[in-house]
Amino acid sequence: MKYRFILAPIICTGLVLLVWQLIFAAPTAKMPTPSEVTMQLELAGSFAKMMNPFEDGSIAKNILISLQRVAIGYTLAAIFGIGFGVLIGVSPFLRSGFDPMVQVLRTIPPLAWLPLALAMFQENNAAALFLIFVTSIWPILINTAVGVQQIPKDYTNVSRVLRLSGSDYFFNILIPSTVPYIFTGLRIGIGLAWLAIVAAEMLKSDGGGIGFYIWDAYNAGNDESMSQIILAVLFVGLVGLCLDRLVGFIGSKIVSEQ
Amino acid sequence: MGTTPLHRLTWNPEIMQTLTSLNKSGNQAVPFLKIEGLTKVYPTPKGPYKVLDGIDLTVAEGEFVCVIGHSGCGKSTLLDMVSGFNSPTDGTVLLQGKAITQPGPDRMVVFQNYCLLPWKTVFENVYLAVNSVYPEKSTGEKKEIVREHLHMVGLDEAANKKPGQISGGMKQRVSIARALAIRPEVLILDEPFGALDAITKEELQEELLQIWEDHRITVMMITHDIDEALFLADRIVMMTNGPEAKIGEIMTVPFDRPRVREAVMEDPRYVQLRNEALDFLYNKFAHRDD
Repeated sequence: MKYRFILAPIICTGLVLLVWQLIFAAPTAKMPTPSEVTMQLELAGSFAKMMNPFEDGSIAKNILISLQRVAIGYTLAAIFGIGFGVLIGVSPFLRSGFDPMVQVLRTIPPLAWLPLALAMFQENNAAALFLIFVTSIWPILINTAVGVQQIPKDYTNVSRVLRLSGSDYFFNILIPSTVPYIFTGLRIGIGLAWLAIVAAEMLKSDGGGIGFYIWDAYNAGNDESMSQIILAVLFVGLVGLCLDRLVGFIGSKIVSEQ
Repeated sequence: MGTTPLHRLTWNPEIMQTLTSLNKSGNQAVPFLKIEGLTKVYPTPKGPYKVLDGIDLTVAEGEFVCVIGHSGCGKSTLLDMVSGFNSPTDGTVLLQGKAITQPGPDRMVVFQNYCLLPWKTVFENVYLAVNSVYPEKSTGEKKEIVREHLHMVGLDEAANKKPGQISGGMKQRVSIARALAIRPEVLILDEPFGALDAITKEELQEELLQIWEDHRITVMMITHDIDEALFLADRIVMMTNGPEAKIGEIMTVPFDRPRVREAVMEDPRYVQLRNEALDFLYNKFAHRDD
């Protein structure tokens, strides 16, 4: 049984690589095969270089730049998303008032915001941060609001009979009861933030970022370019997975603390 | 509130005197808690639905009253209007002459499903209540109150456990400790032992009775269990079936206090009272679904 979780992924990944290898095996194919990717990167001795976070223009450095942007934009989204989510959850008036707007805004794809963001901020970096913010805030806000509405009656009854003060209710009942919902929102939010940043950096970016790196490599059009892009894309996926697991892990720690 | 003595009855010497002159069978000379013409009507698509119809009841300070009746007879609605979670359509509930409009710690509730906060330890659950009711006391004093009441229900050991780590009986003990720690004027229990196994239930009944003997707070308790009511109560309020439920009969329970279960059950009047109550519930007001 245990082997299944190790062996099965190895076999299936191997199969996919094999299919990829066979499809693009023709010498005229523009897309490199897995073996070509590994060979090119090894021959050029560039793998270590690309993974060096202190080397300018390396994949690792560009990923760090992107992560920094995500950290800022996502933190802002978390603060405002939780804050407004609580307000909307608590007040039926605000809930009814803001619901139509939230429903429309949350479906807007990240890149549709980009021209507006650039016009608003006149600066690429700020526009990228705004893009992350506006993409990741909705699931955080909506889940927080739902969590606040779902506070079990048992807990609000305790609060009512004890006549808890506003702050006592907020910290002892509202927040602990809502935390699992907040973390569901945060986890969806971090995934969206990572999607948005790569797209935003591809179109407009000062000072790098992994999206910029991929686009730059594509425009350069060297022999190695495709291999670099494939490696970069692979790392975008791995970092996205790590972000998702990290938020999930923090959430499970906090929830199980309760 | 901070200076309220442990024994609440001493707040008014006059009442104290009246009460000490009462016999043990629970007289109602003092309108401590007065329920007058209490009616509750819910609007439904099929027209108004009257749950309770003109309930009149007076409870003396320090009295133990059980409310008994079939499910759906409005017992919970009645107690919800004493606790303030529900408001009457007509009539009033007066506690020491003041109309009840909202829930408050002077009418603390022990809920059937305990209503403990799962993210707080046993100690913290009780502390939250003590802290909000006695804001002027020092942290040390408040902690002492919590410890004292956890000790009273035998939970010293479990103080740092979370509700998820303890049994149902222990959870209900915490809930009782939390309720008593804030010295309510009326303790309201909504089928507190309904979810517990028979042995734990008997243990907790005895503990509750002991605590009540020591503190003499006024208790209103909903139950399904005739034996429980006979063992605990001064008076048993038997409700007719809903809708438009009324008080059918009020039975005075004459057993001497402090009560010992064996002695109560061997008392010849016990069987007689039990049969009367059974007759009321299963003959006069048999449940339609039964």
